[in-house]
Amino acid sequence: MTSELKLPANFEDYTDAKKNGFLRVMKLKEEGKKVVGTFCSYTPSELVMAADGVCVGLCGSSEDGIAFAEKTLPKNMCPLIKCSYGLAASDACPYFYFSDMILAETTCDGKKKMFELMKKLKPVHVMQLPPGREGTGALDFWEQEIRRAALAIGEQLGKEITEEALHRAIVQKNRERRAMVELYEVGRMEPCPVSGYEISTIMDSLQFMFTSEEKIKLLEEKRNEFLARAAEDGKGRRKPRIMITGCPTIGVRDKIIKQAELLGASVVAFDSCSGPRAQKEAVSESGDPYLALAKKYLNINCAVMSPNPGRLDALDEMIADYRIDGVIEVVLQACHTFAIEAAEVKRFITKEKKLPYLYLETDYSQADSGQIDTRLSAFLEMMQ
Amino acid sequence: MYFIGIDIGSTAAKTAVIKEGQEPRCFVLPTGWSSRETAETIRRRLAEEEIPVETEETKVLATGYGRISVPYADRCITEITCHGRGGAYLSGSGDCTIIDVGGQDTKVITLEDGVVTDFLMNDKCSAGTGKFLEIMANRLGSHISGLFELAEGGKPLAISAMCTVFAESEVISHIGSGAPREDIAAGVVDSVAAKVAQLCMRHGGDGPCVLTGGLSEQAYFADTLSGKLGRPVRGLKDGKYAGAIGAALLCMDMR
Repeated sequence: MTSELKLPANFEDYTDAKKNGFLRVMKLKEEGKKVVGTFCSYTPSELVMAADGVCVGLCGSSEDGIAFAEKTLPKNMCPLIKCSYGLAASDACPYFYFSDMILAETTCDGKKKMFELMKKLKPVHVMQLPPGREGTGALDFWEQEIRRAALAIGEQLGKEITEEALHRAIVQKNRERRAMVELYEVGRMEPCPVSGYEISTIMDSLQFMFTSEEKIKLLEEKRNEFLARAAEDGKGRRKPRIMITGCPTIGVRDKIIKQAELLGASVVAFDSCSGPRAQKEAVSESGDPYLALAKKYLNINCAVMSPNPGRLDALDEMIADYRIDGVIEVVLQACHTFAIEAAEVKRFITKEKKLPYLYLETDYSQADSGQIDTRLSAFLEMMQ
Repeated sequence: MYFIGIDIGSTAAKTAVIKEGQEPRCFVLPTGWSSRETAETIRRRLAEEEIPVETEETKVLATGYGRISVPYADRCITEITCHGRGGAYLSGSGDCTIIDVGGQDTKVITLEDGVVTDFLMNDKCSAGTGKFLEIMANRLGSHISGLFELAEGGKPLAISAMCTVFAESEVISHIGSGAPREDIAAGVVDSVAAKVAQLCMRHGGDGPCVLTGGLSEQAYFADTLSGKLGRPVRGLKDGKYAGAIGAALLCMDMR
């Protein structure tokens, strides 16, 4: 049976954050700032910072735009790609509209082919991401791609990227990463003073803030707020501590994360691209900045990499650090890489870690919310 | 003291009553169009048997997709946990795979030591569920148990479409080409068993299986499924009540 999710009075939901960001980005544009639209945690945003531009995330998170996208894209395809493309192509995304260019990567098949269509709408620079870390020259190749992207951004934004500026951006972005990881790590506390819904909303809303200092300030404030909450909170009934893994959850947060918590879970950890996966490892602040960026970004454990053993190591570490009782894998419809990798993740979680595991494959519609509720409830009943 | 399990599925509403120290007694009603109204009919039926709900003397646990529509339930638990508990009770085995073919969902549940440790449900689609059988039985001018009787005397024709609507078109073309009804019926059962077997294989495991839900007493279905899986599949007397009985037992465990 469901209860109410307690959210603080100052809670800004994702839709509000997105709307408030519109005004901020418009103001920045009026001031002459250049905006670069991005789609992925593989994007070395330091390049954009070094060119004095700002990044904005363009990953779609709702049903809006999907019908429009399906005029061109296949129906049986990732909802994130369909929504992103549909909003861009129907001119319904102000962030896309304000973007001076798109910085993209050849991550999954769906995205890279979609970017080919997107090129008709905007200048899109696609970085060629190696399909794995192990191939001969993978790191070298990726470093060259980062250098090529730096030139393209410099040209598009009308500001050459210097090594000094890049170094400053790396240092600044590392600070931001540390602040993010520290906020995520509040989830290690037992009981956890914050709902996973709240923490993931804050993290995903950061993309609508446009200066690093502003983001760091918010992250630190939130962290202090949660720690103070922990001091006030009573012990209460122990809730199963859940980790979310798999695809980006930005478009299914309400259907899965919020519902799981309403049904009695405490979502404490995230192994997804908006989670600490991409943030934990800092960029080396010494040596060649391009090589340092290449090393860091190539290490991100997304299922597009083949093979991707680092993901299991990260899961292993997080299960221990966050004292996880069960793992929910969220896979977006037709995301082949995560769907296939799920077999190995399930084996690892159930056989090696001896923990319950739930696989949920879904899209951005509400059609399956009843079925998802039943699966979530049954999963939580297993842990009682 | 009475412990009552109410399992409101998409097609049938099952009730199990356990009086302390006695075997469960069960009855079934069609769910109809409103689960809430069905819940009221069950309340009246219980009252006729002098089992008043909402008293100190009775505890009610509701399950199934209509579980939220039973206003007099003390608790709600999903049908997965209830089928696990009920299946273990009826089969006398706490270590097995439970396969529940329901009206709109098919579930495969792993039980270890009587506890659910893993489960898998079908996708949004109705292939491999009771709904598929019901539609095809209608098309053949029969009902579900009639369909199994027909199937036993037939040689399965291929029905390869996974979508119920397309499969119905296939059945219609078989009818149009004058194929024997028995062969079409056997083809329908075969196609459902194949889809259920596919779900089981995806779920994994290798031990014995226990069939619960509406098809539990259809020996022909259990045999067909067993053939496809290469694992023993056992039907159960009163298997369709596994969810309701499980709910009543959980109710007793939780008092």
